[in-house]
Parts: sequence; C-alpha cells; structure tokens
Amino acid sequence: MAFTFAAFCYMLSLVLCAALIFFAIWHIIAFDELRTDFKSPIDQSNPVHALVLPEYSIHSLFCIMFLCAQEWLTLGLNVPLLFYHFWRYFHCPADSSELAYDPPAVMNADTLSYCQKEAWCKLAFYLLSFFYYLYCMIYTLVSS
Amino acid sequence: MAQPARPAAGYRGQNGAGQQPYSNGPVQNQLMHSSDGQGYSPSVPGSYSHQMPAKVPPHQSSGQYNYSGSQIASQLSNYQGPGQILNRPTVAPLSGSPVQQTGSVQHVLPPALQNSAAVSSAGSFPAGASSPVLSNWQYSQTSVSHPVGSQTSHLAHVTGTVSTQPPTSLSGNTNAPGSYQYAASPGGPPLQNNYMKPGSAPPPVTQPLPPLHPPSRPPLGPPPVGGPPLIRPSTLTAAPPNNSVSQSLLNSSANQEGDGTSAASDGSAIQNSYDAIEGGGLMATTHQSPALQNLKMGRSVGYSYPNLPPGYQNTSPPGAPGMQAPALQYPDGSKSFHQPPLGPNHLTASMGGLSLQQEGLRPVNLLQERNILPTTILQAPVPNLHEDIQKLNCNPELFRCTLTNIPQTQALLNKAKLPLGLLLHPFKDLSQLPVVTSSTIVRCRSCRTYINPFVSFLDQRRWKCNLCYRVNDVPEEFMYNPVTRAYGEPHKRPEVQNATIEFMAPSEYMLRPPQPPVYLFVFDVSHNAVETGYLNTVCKTLLDNLDLLPGNTRTKIGFITFDSTIHFYSLQEGLSQPQMLIVSDIEDVFIPMPENLLVNLNENRELIQDLLKTLPQMFTKSLETQSALGPALQAAFKLMSPTGGRISVFQTQLPSVGMGALKSREEPNQRATAKDIHLMPSTDFYKKLALDCSGQQVAVDLFLLSGQYSDLASLGCISRYSAGSVYYYQSYHHKHNPVQVEKLQKELKRYLTRKIGFEAVMRIRCTKGLSIHTFHGNFFVRSTDLLSLPNVNPDAGYAVQMSVEESLTDMQVVSFQSALLYTSSKGERRIRVHTMCLPVVTTLSDVYLGADVQAIMGLLANMAVDRSVSASLSDARDALVNAVIDSLSAYRSSVLSIQQPGLMAPSSLRLFPLYVLALLKQKAFQTGTNTRLDERIFTMCQVKNQPLVYLMLMTHPNLYRVDNLTDEGALNINDKTIPQPPILQLSVEKLSRDGAYLMDAGSVLFLWIGKNCGQNFISQVLGVPNYGSVPQNMTHLPELETAESMRTIAFISWLREQRPFFPILYIIKDDSPLKSSFLQNMIEDRTESALSYYEFLLHIQQQVNK
Repeated sequence: MAFTFAAFCYMLSLVLCAALIFFAIWHIIAFDELRTDFKSPIDQSNPVHALVLPEYSIHSLFCIMFLCAQEWLTLGLNVPLLFYHFWRYFHCPADSSELAYDPPAVMNADTLSYCQKEAWCKLAFYLLSFFYYLYCMIYTLVSS
Repeated sequence: MAQPARPAAGYRGQNGAGQQPYSNGPVQNQLMHSSDGQGYSPSVPGSYSHQMPAKVPPHQSSGQYNYSGSQIASQLSNYQGPGQILNRPTVAPLSGSPVQQTGSVQHVLPPALQNSAAVSSAGSFPAGASSPVLSNWQYSQTSVSHPVGSQTSHLAHVTGTVSTQPPTSLSGNTNAPGSYQYAASPGGPPLQNNYMKPGSAPPPVTQPLPPLHPPSRPPLGPPPVGGPPLIRPSTLTAAPPNNSVSQSLLNSSANQEGDGTSAASDGSAIQNSYDAIEGGGLMATTHQSPALQNLKMGRSVGYSYPNLPPGYQNTSPPGAPGMQAPALQYPDGSKSFHQPPLGPNHLTASMGGLSLQQEGLRPVNLLQERNILPTTILQAPVPNLHEDIQKLNCNPELFRCTLTNIPQTQALLNKAKLPLGLLLHPFKDLSQLPVVTSSTIVRCRSCRTYINPFVSFLDQRRWKCNLCYRVNDVPEEFMYNPVTRAYGEPHKRPEVQNATIEFMAPSEYMLRPPQPPVYLFVFDVSHNAVETGYLNTVCKTLLDNLDLLPGNTRTKIGFITFDSTIHFYSLQEGLSQPQMLIVSDIEDVFIPMPENLLVNLNENRELIQDLLKTLPQMFTKSLETQSALGPALQAAFKLMSPTGGRISVFQTQLPSVGMGALKSREEPNQRATAKDIHLMPSTDFYKKLALDCSGQQVAVDLFLLSGQYSDLASLGCISRYSAGSVYYYQSYHHKHNPVQVEKLQKELKRYLTRKIGFEAVMRIRCTKGLSIHTFHGNFFVRSTDLLSLPNVNPDAGYAVQMSVEESLTDMQVVSFQSALLYTSSKGERRIRVHTMCLPVVTTLSDVYLGADVQAIMGLLANMAVDRSVSASLSDARDALVNAVIDSLSAYRSSVLSIQQPGLMAPSSLRLFPLYVLALLKQKAFQTGTNTRLDERIFTMCQVKNQPLVYLMLMTHPNLYRVDNLTDEGALNINDKTIPQPPILQLSVEKLSRDGAYLMDAGSVLFLWIGKNCGQNFISQVLGVPNYGSVPQNMTHLPELETAESMRTIAFISWLREQRPFFPILYIIKDDSPLKSSFLQNMIEDRTESALSYYEFLLHIQQQVNK
C-alpha cells in the first residue's frame, strides 16, 4: 500500500473524467437543442466551442500523465481518441477558433447527426474509462 | 401606391410581377375583399354585396387588394398556363413539342387580352361596376383551371382519356395492352383514394344540420382539390352534414388542445426568432394523440371508398346517405388501412404518363445512338400523376425533383444509385401569380403546412394535411370562395387551385415592422480601382436607374468608399454638396455620425445625384494602392445593422490592410495538378462577418472586377452566408475590355431594378418520412429546415438533398412545400408558397423511369462543388464519373432482364453520361492550366446559386445553325416571329465551313462564321461585304432591313430575354482569339486533357461491365 505516482494519476484523472463526462452531456444537450430548433446555430455554437478546447487539453493531459506514469495499457486505450482530437483540431477551417463545429455547416442533417453521434460515443467512452480509472486506482493502491 | 403598370413583355416587365397584380387586378379585388378580408357574415352568403361599398374604399386607398389572380400572360414560356395539359419531354414520339408550345400560347392568350381590357378600365373603377368584367374573368378561371361538371362529365372525361389511348400506345411500344387496361379500370385509382373523401367514418349520427350550412348548399359537384375526375357517387354528398357534426365535435376538442399548446409555443417563440414566425417547430408532442386519432380515422375513410365494388359506386341511388357508406366501410376499415399502395387500381395514368412510361422504359444502347441529343430544348419529365392533379402541380421551373417517381424506401433509393433532391427557384419572376389577402392563412395545426392543392377534404369542414396527415378544420372564412362567390366550396378557393400562390401576411408574421428598403454601396477607390475606370460605369448606371430601384417613399440609400481609409458621405438635407468624412482608424472602425449617412432617396435626390456625378472624378489622382475591404465591410455592417438591407460591394483587388487582409495563394504552375488548389477560404473573417450580417438581415453582394488573383474563395464567403450574390468581371477595364463594360452595365441594371425581398426566411417541408439533409445555395441554414435569407432575389436558385427516413408504405404520393416569407420593397410582408406533388413507386424500373436527368445533373454539380471544397477537385471529378457508372451498372444488373452487349441506359437517363462529361469539362471542374483560380471559384459559386435552367446552359450549351433560319415551326410572340432552329450536338463534326452557328452558353453567345459561309448571310445579316471584312472584335449585329437579319436578331434577342443576365454576343471567325473558348464548349470532342464523348462512354462501359 503506497501512494505512487500512478495512483495519483488515476485519482486526478478520475476527477477530470467526471468533468469530461459533464462536457459530453453538455454537448449532447446542445446539439439536441439545435436539432429541435430552440436556438440559432450562431448563438448555439458558442457554448459548444467554449468547451471543445478544454476537453481536448484535459484529455491530452491524461495521456501525458499516463505516459509519465508508464501506464502503457491505459495510454494505449486513450491514444486513439487523442489522435482523433488532433485530427479534428487540425482539420478545422483556417485560423478558426470554431473547432470543427462550423455554424453554417452544423445544421446540415449529416453534420448534425455526426456531431451527436460523436458526443454520445465520447460519453460512453468517458463513462467506461471513469470506472476503469476507479478500478485501476484501487488496484494500484492495493497492489503496491 | 402608384405602381406604374409596366409593359408585360420580357423579363424586365416581369420585374414587378409581384406588384403587377395590384395595378391590374382591382376588379376582382374589390370583390374578394369585401368577402374574406373583412368580417363578412358567412351564414348569410348573400349579404356580402351590401357590405361591399362600405368596405372597399378604405382598402383602395391603402392600396391593398385582396386577391388578384390576374392572368398577365406575358411570358408564356415561363409559366405553364393552365390550359397546357402536357408538358411532355420531347422524348415522347407523339408530342411534337414546338407545335404544342404554340398551341399553349394561343390557349393562354385570351385571358391576357381579357385582362388587359380589365386593366385599362380598372384604374378608377367604382366598386359596383365591376360585375361585367368580373364575370368575364370568372369565366376564364373556371373554364381554364378545372373541369367543371358533375359526375357524368367526369365519366366522359375518363372515357375521353381512354379513347385517346390507342394511338399513343400504338406509337409507343408493345406494352400497350397492359397499360390500356390500367387506364380503363374504373376501380378508383389510388391517387383518387387520397384525394376524395366525401364521407366520414364515424357512426352515423342523426343530428340537426349545423346552422352554418346554408340550406341551399350546392351539392358537392366536382371533386375537391383540383377535382380528379372521380368515380364517386355524388349521392354520398348527403353524408357530410350528418356526420360532420360528430366529427367536428371530436375535432374541435382535439383542436382546442392543439390550440392551447400552439398558442403557448407561438407566444414564447415569437420573441426570439423568425423561425417561429414562419412557423416551424410546432410539432408539439401534445398534438400527437389527437392527431393520430384523427389521422387514423381519416385514413380509414380515405381508403375505404375504392374498396367498394365499382358497380356500387356508380349505382348507389341518390339520397341514400351516410347510413350505407359507413356500413360498408366498417369491415373494410382496418384492411384498407393497410392496403398496398400499388393495387391493381394503380396507374390510371394520363396519356402523357403512359407514353412516357413506355418511352422511358426503353433501354438505349448509348454506344450505338449517335444522335442522342434531342433537337429541341429538353423539357422536365412529367410526373406520373393523374392528369388533373398534374395540372395543378407546380411548374418545373420553380420546383423540380431529381426523381419524379419517389422510391418508397431508402433501400430502393440506394439501389438506384441516383441522388434524391429538389431544385428550387422560389423567387422567380412570374408573369402570373395569384395573391391572396386573408385575415387567416389556413395552415396545418401540427406541421404548419399551408393549405395547397394536394390536401384532401374529408368533407366540407375538414381537410387532411398532405404532409403530416393531420386532420384540420376548415375555418369559417375559408368556406366562402371569393372567386366563384359561392359558399361552401373550400376546395375551389384559389389556395387550393394553385400550387404557386402568394399570401399577404398579417402581423403575426412580423417580428418587427417591415423594414424599409435600404441600399448601401461600397466602392473601392484605390489606385487600382480608379485605373479600371469602373466607377464611371457604375455611377452612371446607378444614376440612370435611381428611379427604378425597387422601393417606396421609405427607401434609403448610402455610400461608402475606401482605399486604405474609409470615406463616408454625409447627405444631410440642407447641405449644398455631399460632405465627405474620412475615418483612418481601420483597426477599430466607427461610424463618424449616426445619421445622414443613410438617407431617404426621395428627399435627398439632388444630393445623391450630385454625389454620383462627382464620385468618379474625386479619386482620379489617388495614389493609394492599399485596400481595406475588411474594415469597410465592418463599417457598412455597423451602418446597416439597425435596419437591415443590401450592401453592394465593388472590389478590384486583393484586400491588403486591416482585418480580413489576404495573401495571394495562387501559384500558376500548380494549376495543372488538380491537387492543392485553394478552394477553401483562407480566413474566417468574411464568414463570421457574413453570419453577423445574416443575423441583422443584411445581405452583401460582391462585384469583383479584378485582373489579378483576388482570392474569391475567401471573399465569396461574405455573400455566400449572407444570401448575397457574386458577380465577377475578369480583367475589367473601361478601355481595354469594352465588352466587360457593357456586360457590367446590363447586369448592374438588372441587379438594381430586379425585385427584391428583405428579411426573408424560407422553409422547405416534405411529407413525413422524407427528410432534407443538405442544402445548397447562398444562405445560412438556421435550423434543420429553415434557411435564413436576409435578401432574396429572383435570380437565385437553391438545391436540397433528401433521404427517405421512414419507408413511405401506404402512401401513393408525397408532397413538398417551400414557403418563402419576405418583406417586399413596398414594405409588405408576403409569403410565397410552392407545392409539388409526386408519386411514390416501389420498383427500381419505375424509379429509373421517373429520373429527371437535368435535375440530377444540377444536384450532382452542387454536390461536386461541396466535394471539391471539402476533399479535392479530383475527388469530385471521380465522384461525378462514379455517379454515372454506379447508376448505369445498377440499371444493368437490376432492371435489365436480358443482358445485351453495349452500354445500356434507361431512356430517361440517356443524356446522363453526356451531361456529366459536360460537367467535367466545365470551368468549375476541368483540369488543365487554362482556368484561373478565381474563375474556377466563380463558376462554382454560380453552380451553387444559379437556377437549373441557366446552369444547364452554362454546362451544356445549345448550338444552332443560323445561316438558314426559316419561319418553319417558329414561335410567334407579340407579333414577332422567332425562328426555332434545331439544337445541334456539340461536336466540331456538326460544323460546316459554309454555315454560321450560334452557341448559347448562358452567359455568352458565340456566333461562329464558317470560312465559306454564304455570301448572303454575311451581307444580309452581318452587314459587311465579305468574310474578310468581318471585324475582329464584333459584338453586335447590325439591324438591317432584311428578312434574314430580322430573323437572326429576333432569335438572339429572344434568347437574351429569357434570362436575367446579359449574354454578350461574340462574333468569331476562324482566326479569332476567342475561337478556343468556342471550341472548348464542344463537349463531345476530345480536348488536350479530357476524353471525347465516345471515349467517355467506352470508359464507362468498361467500368459497368466489370
């Protein structure tokens, strides 16, 4: 029983993961509001945008922490999403701060459903990783 | 409102089409007005006439007339007159299109004449005296628009159809007997199932007649809704009064609930957005249960009649009322609900439909058909609907679907490999547009669809929405028909007789008082701009057309010029000359004074004229080369945002300072590789600004007059998202390029004087089960089916892609409705509604049968533009080719029973490979070094924003031989004979040295003179002695007194009149520098980088047969 760096990483990521779950839920709600016509995409996209960059940075932070803690399995689980985030970030139009959610395009049913699916998938991923981190945290605390 | 009645000829005349009804139609209007605009008492239908004198005057003074279905048949070709029954593509062997066209012309002319008579007398007509003219008009309405008459006449009608069948089928092919049988089977065609439901399902209740029904109500003679000839016992009409009470009780309870919710959501929504106004998002869940209930009931009613044995329908004795019908219906009810849509009764198709079917089914071996291009202009296919429904359908120029037979399921659609979508031209200038003023606009309670010709009337008091199938009440006011002045005929109201109609919107449709027309002009006056000399042309054109700017006494106008600083012009009243205010802080732009920058046009006319006269001279000495377009646009936006309106920007170079400065990205060496060209905007600045503009109801139109690269990809965003338009005049120079000057003049004139709609939104609705997923055009998509259009102009087209979300089982037809809510330049809020109805099919061959190859090409072009921006040009080109390969191989494997050698295509798609090849060779998608980036992007903008007709010409020009024009088969319009030479294929082999050929490529016309061209033509038409003396840069034909010259000029001006932009005529000889652009349009020939048509076919065949 020792408080290792790995255990610290898991504890921190546990907390931050809760935040990510919150973000994902926020996205789902935001896109749903868009779809049901409650808000105009110009106003609507802003709260979405506000959360994109924090989400990406928090997730990158996870990866760096797990890299430092040499938790290879956990890192491996997170790397695909990390790459996806990088891809999204660098494929957004021009010098845009509007990460990927482009107000004129977002109302196209294809784009909208893609964004919604993305948000749901992320929610699922974060929820699963939340429990995984919980398990790992306890495991590292107990085993070492 | 002294709107001068303009001459109705040509498109210029149509400019005011929306307004014309006012000045022309007072005769009918007065009448209608008293009836439904005001609270007439419906229970006493006779009493309106007493009220009339009292009611009319105030309205006359306000200039608002109620209904003007005036038939100004000026441009006949524009609007399919009601008398024209079939507008069949020339494919059909029988049609003989030109002849038919003239037929239709003659057909429609009489009303026009009639009306002109009405107009002349109408100006100051006393209210009472209108009756003679009115009856006249009425007559034309009824006789033209729908078959009148009772059951017998319907029967006669049907037999008429049948008897004319044999010739068609004989000329068609071997399917004839089968189809003949279909047509003859009297058992209630499915379309009719949908459309006529005289009775209602609930158990017979004997209650006293509701007092609302006048005792002497005329029997429901002709069927409701455009009256398909129906085989329905007229006797059953006795049922409604009995049943309607119970039904309306039921309904009203449902509706009360509906009312509550809708009112609530309306109330809350109105404050925040325009969407709510046009009225979407009312699908409140609380509606569902009553709606469903009603729906079910409606259906079982609707479908049950055809299940009656045919004999029954015809023989049921008069006066045997509701008792009998429900009794029969009950056992049938549930079964009929699941009745398969394509029962044996289906396809009581019209002649046109049938012959089209036979023709369309014929597989064509493309490799063997050498002359595949029809010699006349290809018409849109006619949907296989019942003749009477089709007659009411929307004009294909306004509303067109890629598949006129909608596949029932998404699986079927995927199998066909054809795109499903709509092409719209919603604000087109129309020569004939019924306008309705009514205090209540009848709409479906749940989906907010406007009542249209394709709804079904369950009985007199209820109608079923054709989009969501909810049963709605017919409001009391709607019972009175102002056209026929009869009570109790809701199905004959103009709303139900016209697929295209305009409503005057009451105040519920406004968020704020209608805005005044506001025009702001932003001129680039840097050194480069002054060099081109465009200011002279623009200011002069503006000066000439100042009076013609659409607007009223509230019209406001303003000017901004910019180089590296921004100049405002104060036009304050009392100033002796305009005062210039210079703002040099371009990082943080501010408006130097709050008012007097946008001033009333009428009150300050002298100052404005002064300014326009001096403006071109003011900057001649300017040495400033920088251009601060971004800050100037920001300033313009700030100036306009309180009101909204239109900003016209003239720009001549790459913006270089301030916000939105751009860098040159074009590398001429890389043009050849289709990779890595910059189609994406380089900055978000213009897009964001455009979105802000869109939010404040400001549209930005961009005129780019640049010789060098100006990054249209970035600049164009400003117009694209604010629903503006882009004009590009490459290498504009007042001396070196006189042709462009004329083009700018003509197009600017059109731009300034055309109709304009402000603060508009457009919503496209479609039947439940279909869903729209992508929009193409210039606008901002604000919600899943709502487009925000700060300005709407008559030259803009839109396209949407659709998918089948839920399968359309047990539907025979689907409908689409576009509603455009806008503020006219006169400050009225208006709604223009178009509705189209199409049949649903279950088999792949039917899907192919109904394919509209032009529309498919248009939609594919739009999709390809998106693809080239999001992926790459070569991707887009591949996708285009694959579209042909996929659809043809799907056809080969799934439809063709016998595998024949060669490249087989359904007849409806026989031009598909040709058109796709034309697209590949078009400037937007071609490869090779000779397209400049801006030019390419401009063409892409045009693809997105042009209506289909012009896109077709731009892509696949028409070639005519004009040295031997004759009057044979000529059109006759306004006493002018317009020859109709056959269209030739675009191949050099069709050119002969001793001829002269006219190529109509939409925005340009080429007249190619062969070397050995007949002396006659050269001297009689060109007015020069011989071939050698034809000048090099000839762009005009002299008007000579010879028959040949008159014919040629009549033909060319007829071509020009048909479009809103001005095509320049280039006369080219063998050694002209422009010969290459002429030859480039020879699509079927091989070019340096592209395949010939035959090679392309071989390539496709190879892929298809894989």
